[in-house]
Amino acid sequence: MLKELLNQDTAPHATNVLVGKLGDVLIRAVGKPFDMAINWGRIYSLWPVHLETACCSVEFGAASSPRYDVERFGIIEAFGSLRQCDLIVVMGTITRKMAPRLRMVYDQMPDPKYVIAMGACAITGGLYFDSYNVLPGIDGILPVDVYVPGCPPRPETLIQGCMLLQEKIKRTKAK
Amino acid sequence: MSSGTEKDVEVKDTTEEHSENITKSDSMSKGEAKKFYEEKGLDLSPDVPVKPKPIPTFEKSLADKISSKFGDKIHVDYVRADRIRATTKREDIVDVAKFIRDELKYDHAESVSGVDYPDSSEIEVIYHLGSYTDEKLGRQIFALATRVPREDIPNPGSDATRTPSLRDVFYSVEFHERECFEMFGVYFEGHPDMRRLLLPEDWADIPPFRKDFKIKGR
Amino acid sequence: MTTQLPPGMHLETVDDKIMTLNVGPQHPGSGHMRLIIKVDGDYIVSCDPDPGYVHRGEEKMAEYRNYIQNIPHLERPVIHDSSNILYPYCLGVEELLGIEVPERAKYIRVIAAELNRCIYILYWLAIYGIFLGHSTMFMWPAGDRELFIDLLEAMSGARVTHAYLVPGGVRNDLPSNFEERCLRQVEYFEKRLKEYEAVFYQNPLLRARTEGSGILSRTDAIRLGTTGSVLRASGVDFDVRKKEPYDVYENLDFQTIVLKEGDSYARSRVPYLEMFESCRIIKDALKKMPKSGSVRTKLKPNPKGGNDEVYRRIESGRGAIGYYIVSNNRPEPYRVKISVGSFRNLICMPYLLKGEKLGNMPAVYWGLNYWPVEADR
Repeated sequence: MLKELLNQDTAPHATNVLVGKLGDVLIRAVGKPFDMAINWGRIYSLWPVHLETACCSVEFGAASSPRYDVERFGIIEAFGSLRQCDLIVVMGTITRKMAPRLRMVYDQMPDPKYVIAMGACAITGGLYFDSYNVLPGIDGILPVDVYVPGCPPRPETLIQGCMLLQEKIKRTKAK
Repeated sequence: MSSGTEKDVEVKDTTEEHSENITKSDSMSKGEAKKFYEEKGLDLSPDVPVKPKPIPTFEKSLADKISSKFGDKIHVDYVRADRIRATTKREDIVDVAKFIRDELKYDHAESVSGVDYPDSSEIEVIYHLGSYTDEKLGRQIFALATRVPREDIPNPGSDATRTPSLRDVFYSVEFHERECFEMFGVYFEGHPDMRRLLLPEDWADIPPFRKDFKIKGR
Repeated sequence: MTTQLPPGMHLETVDDKIMTLNVGPQHPGSGHMRLIIKVDGDYIVSCDPDPGYVHRGEEKMAEYRNYIQNIPHLERPVIHDSSNILYPYCLGVEELLGIEVPERAKYIRVIAAELNRCIYILYWLAIYGIFLGHSTMFMWPAGDRELFIDLLEAMSGARVTHAYLVPGGVRNDLPSNFEERCLRQVEYFEKRLKEYEAVFYQNPLLRARTEGSGILSRTDAIRLGTTGSVLRASGVDFDVRKKEPYDVYENLDFQTIVLKEGDSYARSRVPYLEMFESCRIIKDALKKMPKSGSVRTKLKPNPKGGNDEVYRRIESGRGAIGYYIVSNNRPEPYRVKISVGSFRNLICMPYLLKGEKLGNMPAVYWGLNYWPVEADR
C-alpha cells in the first residue's frame, strides 16, 4: 500500500484522495490497540437521526424523558441534521411511500453508520403483515444491526437494544 | 377482476349455508347449547334485538322538510335519534346539499366515505354533515348518500365513476374527496385539485378500498 | 442524459424569487409528513401538505377481521391516546349488536379516556416545547406523563397500547386501591399544572412567537370544518362531550374551554386548560362511580351485526373522532371509515401558513394538534 503511494505512476493526484489513503495506511500501521480507542470514542457518542416513521416514535420520545434518560448511556436524543449522525433508529412501520425516503436518508449518512430496527413492524411487518402498503420488515432495504422487539417496545427495551449495539461496536474492527 | 367478484359471491353462498346448518344443529340440541353458554357466562340473546324504536319528532320534522321540497328526487332511508340518512341521485346532489346548508343549517362535512357494492355494480359516496352554528343541531348528523356506477376495470379519472363535487357547497370536503378519489376511483367533477393524497406516487394497482382488491393472504 | 429522480421529485425551472422547500419527512419540525412550501424570502407563499407516509390501510384491514379482532390494530394510529380512538368503535359496535354496558364500566371508561387525554396532551405539549426550543417544556410534561402511564398500566397491564375498552365494557376491573392512588396523582398533577403556566405560557419569548400568528377566524374555522382545540380556540363552543354526551358525560361536572383569539397562542392554550377539566372529570367520576358491580357484558363468540350501519363520534385530544361502520350479517364489518380530527384539521395548514414567516411554521403546524399517523390511518 505504501509502495503504491510512493510510486510516481500510481500515486493519487488529488490531495483529499492522498489524505484518505494515508489515513488507511495509518490505521493499518497502528493496528489493534487503537481499534479499542476508536471504538470507545464511537460508542459513547451515537447520534440518532430524527426520522419518525410511525407510532414507535412516541416511545422513542419517552426514552429521552427524565424517567428513562438514554443520554446517560451515551446516546444523545434525536438530532436534526443527518449529515452529522451515525445511528438510524427505524421507529416502526415502513410504508411503501416512506421506503425510498428511508433509503435516501441512510445513503446520505457518513460512515460508519448503524441501524436499529425498533418495533415489530420494522422487523417483520408486525400487526400490519397483511396490509397492502406496508413493507414486511426493513431488512430488504437496510442492513440492520440490532432488532428491538415489541409493539411498541418499552423504553427499557430500547435502551437494552442500544447497549447491545454498543457491545457490537466494541467488538468490531474499526474501519 | 370479474373472476374476483365471482369468487366473492361463491364465498358468501357457502357461508350462508354454513350459518343455516349451524342454526339447524342449534335447534337440535338447544338445551345443551344453553347449558354451555350459561356455564361460560355468555349472553344468549340474538345478536341484534328487534326493538321498534320510536321515531324522534325533531329529526322527523327535518326529514319532512327535505322530502317535501324535493319529493321523488330524494329518498329518506332512516330517521333515528340524532341521525338522518337520505339518498339522492348524483345529478341532484348539489341542489340538495345547497338546501341542506342554507335551509337546514348544516355547515360542515365531518367525513366523506365510499362504500363499494360490487354485486349491484355501484359505489356509494356518503357525506356526513354536522353543524357548529345551530344550537339544536349540535348532536345531529345528516348522512347524504349518492350512488355512482362502478366499472369492473377501473380507470380512475376517465371512466364513468364520477359525481359532482360538493367542494363549493361545503368547503371542508376538499381533502376527504381527494381521499375518496384515490381509494375508490370516484372522480369528483369540479374539484379544483383532484390528485392523490395518501397512496405512494407510483401506485399502479386498482384503488385499494374496492372489494375486488384482495390483501395479502386473504 | 437525464438522471433518474426518486419518485415524487421534480426538477423545477429556477425562479430567482420563489424557492421550493421540502419540509420533511426527515426534518425536526415535521414528523411523518411532508410540507411542500414555497417561500419568497422569509415569507411562505404557498403550502401543499403531502401526508400518507404512514398510510397502513387500517380501514381495509378492518374488513377482514371480526369485531373483536379489530381492537388492537385500530388503536395503533394514536398509541398515546388509545382509549379515545377505540371509544367510538366500541360505542358503534355496541349499537350495532344491541349490547347494554354496565353502569360501573361506563365510569371506568370515562376515567380511562380522560387519563389518556392527559397523556396525549402532555406528549403534545412536550413536542411543542421542543419545536419552540424550550427544553424545560419537553422535560416537565414528559416526566409527568409517566405518572399517568403508570395509572393506566395498573388498570390495563400495558404501557401505551392498552386495548382496555372493548365492546360491552372494559377488559378487566380496576385494581384494588386504585381510587386513592388515582386521586392522589390527580391532585398532585393539578398543582404541577399551575407551574407550567409560569414557566411556559407566561414566557415572553413564547408569547412573542405565537401571539398574533396564524389567525383563524370564527367563520373560517366553521367553513373549513375544523374540530377540537383548533375550533374552540377560534371561539366556537363545540365539544362532543357536551353536545352529544356519550356514556356518563352528562352526569359529570366540567366546562368547555373556549378562547376567542384564534391565533397560535390560543391554540396552544386550549389543550392545556382542558387538562384541568380532565382532572375535574376524573375526580367527579371517581366520586360518582358505583363501588362494585359488573364491568363487562360478555358477547357471544364471533358476534354478527345486522344489515345496518352506524355513525358514532366522541371527543378526543385532537378533536372529534367518528366511526362509520357498515355491517352485512357477517362477523366482519363490511366497511369501517374512521374520520379523525387530525385529518380534518389538515385542511387548515395551507390556509394558515400562507403569508406567515417560515420561522413560525413549527408553531403553527404543531399548534394544529396534528398527529400524522392518525391522519394517514
